[in-house]
Amino acid sequence: MTLPLIVFFACAIAAVVGAILLILAREPIHSALSLILVMVSLAILYLLLGAPFVAAIQILVYAGAIMVLFVFVIMLLNAGEEERTDWSKIAKWVGLPLGFLLLLEIAHWLFHSEPGTAIVNGATAPPPASTFDLSTALFRQYLFPFEATSILILIAILGALVLARKDE
Amino acid sequence: MEFISQHPVLVVSLVKILLTLFVVMTALAYLTWFERKVVARMQSRWGPYYVGAHGLLQPLADGVKFLFKEDVTPPSSDIVTYLLAPFLALVLALTAIALLPIGPPDVTILGQPVFAVSNINIGLIFLFAITSLGVYGVALAGWSSNSKYPLMGGLRSSAQMISYEVSLTLSVVGVLLLAGTLNLSDIVNGPNGQTGHWFHLIPKWNVIPQFVGFLCYIIAAIAETNRVPFDLPEAETELVAGFHTEYSSFKFAMFFMAEYANMITVSCLATILFFGGWLSPFGGHDWEKFIPVAIFLGLAAYCLFSLVTELESIIHKLQFTIVVGLFFALAAACFFFPQFAMPPFWFILKIAIFMFFYVWARGTLPRFRYDQLMSFGWKLLLPLSLANLVLTAVVWLVMHP
Repeated sequence: MTLPLIVFFACAIAAVVGAILLILAREPIHSALSLILVMVSLAILYLLLGAPFVAAIQILVYAGAIMVLFVFVIMLLNAGEEERTDWSKIAKWVGLPLGFLLLLEIAHWLFHSEPGTAIVNGATAPPPASTFDLSTALFRQYLFPFEATSILILIAILGALVLARKDE
Repeated sequence: MEFISQHPVLVVSLVKILLTLFVVMTALAYLTWFERKVVARMQSRWGPYYVGAHGLLQPLADGVKFLFKEDVTPPSSDIVTYLLAPFLALVLALTAIALLPIGPPDVTILGQPVFAVSNINIGLIFLFAITSLGVYGVALAGWSSNSKYPLMGGLRSSAQMISYEVSLTLSVVGVLLLAGTLNLSDIVNGPNGQTGHWFHLIPKWNVIPQFVGFLCYIIAAIAETNRVPFDLPEAETELVAGFHTEYSSFKFAMFFMAEYANMITVSCLATILFFGGWLSPFGGHDWEKFIPVAIFLGLAAYCLFSLVTELESIIHKLQFTIVVGLFFALAAACFFFPQFAMPPFWFILKIAIFMFFYVWARGTLPRFRYDQLMSFGWKLLLPLSLANLVLTAVVWLVMHP
């Protein structure tokens, strides 16, 4: 086993375990921590794929900003342990089979696709796309979608403000 | 030997990591000594004096004390998170230091750069990514203790760090515009770096065109590291000790070390971004090696004088002899190996000035009130750093049509 492969499997297992813990944990903070584990593992996978910029942004934005806000809000509300309910009937009879179907589909697709070599060859991969190339693409080629997204986020923030404001 | 020549990257990296860890840990220990001595001087006291000559062994005694104290874990705490928090705080704080170059990248041993543990192309973003995770140590410590004061401290601290991180990041973007790169080495001496002088006199450091950015940076940095006057997370008059109230023994020491490591990191970053990193203020002439030689010889002479006139105990005299020998060794290193000794000398000198500034602030400034802190951060610091960014961008566009 080469080093990139070991790192890949470690991170992949960590990501899957984190995702499962996220659903199973009853304490909201534990769920948030599991989600952070998933984010960080994904960031390391991006590094293996030769995309350090995406990896850094993944940690900076998701683990460092969004999840901090999540944890902050959970702490502020001092949310206790979740209560368990019995399975709803729809989840039991429709959700579970659909989930298995999705899993089978993914497995089928994985079996019949060409084995990817990008991660295995991580150490010898072509030089990663530079920050310059990325920003040129983002601010020249995809300027309109970029600006449209930022306006969308601004509208969402304003909406949240309007909803949260107390009436005088 | 064969192994070393076959795996230069691995061997040199490991040596660099071990050396950095050792130097940083020692520096952390003696920073506490430095802080206590300086604050004591400002308050007309002696500070640590009895454990070792001039309290020089006080950090060691503190460390031993922390190791042997009883480690109390509150029974109602959330045990996994409670144990995770101090590790997270310290590991992240130490990882950030590994990203900082303290010398030029072209000085090499076995073909590997000497002065940076890792020189990655997007170093600055990685640094911010790692430091942005530092909030978790504090927030989780506050939450997992399952106690009122730590929770309040953790909440305050998260809010404060989120608020000031915005200003911190924005105040740095001005420098990025000037440098045109995210690589920390290139920000110092890349094509748009900080080498050279204006009018053959003033070094071309970013602090002059980016003075407002530097002000915003240093204020936000002090707030990020939870130091006076922004040390509300541990305001002892209202919150006992804030987020680490329930931590004792070595876990408390880990938070303590993380705080000092963070201080070193932001000081290093300020030096790299605004004060020319390892560059000399005089342009790197050959005669400059006599400056550190003179300083170290002077310090050695001062210690020797103090040894003869002041110290009475024979053990203290012995300890001071070692200190004198250390200063002589440093002077000799600067004289015989200026290529390896000069860049770290300037770098560490600049960091020492920042550290003194930190301690000075602690010795003189009163603490902010919480609402003052928030309104200062959002209503003054954020607009100021944004205005600085916009102004820099406009000037840069005018100058580079």
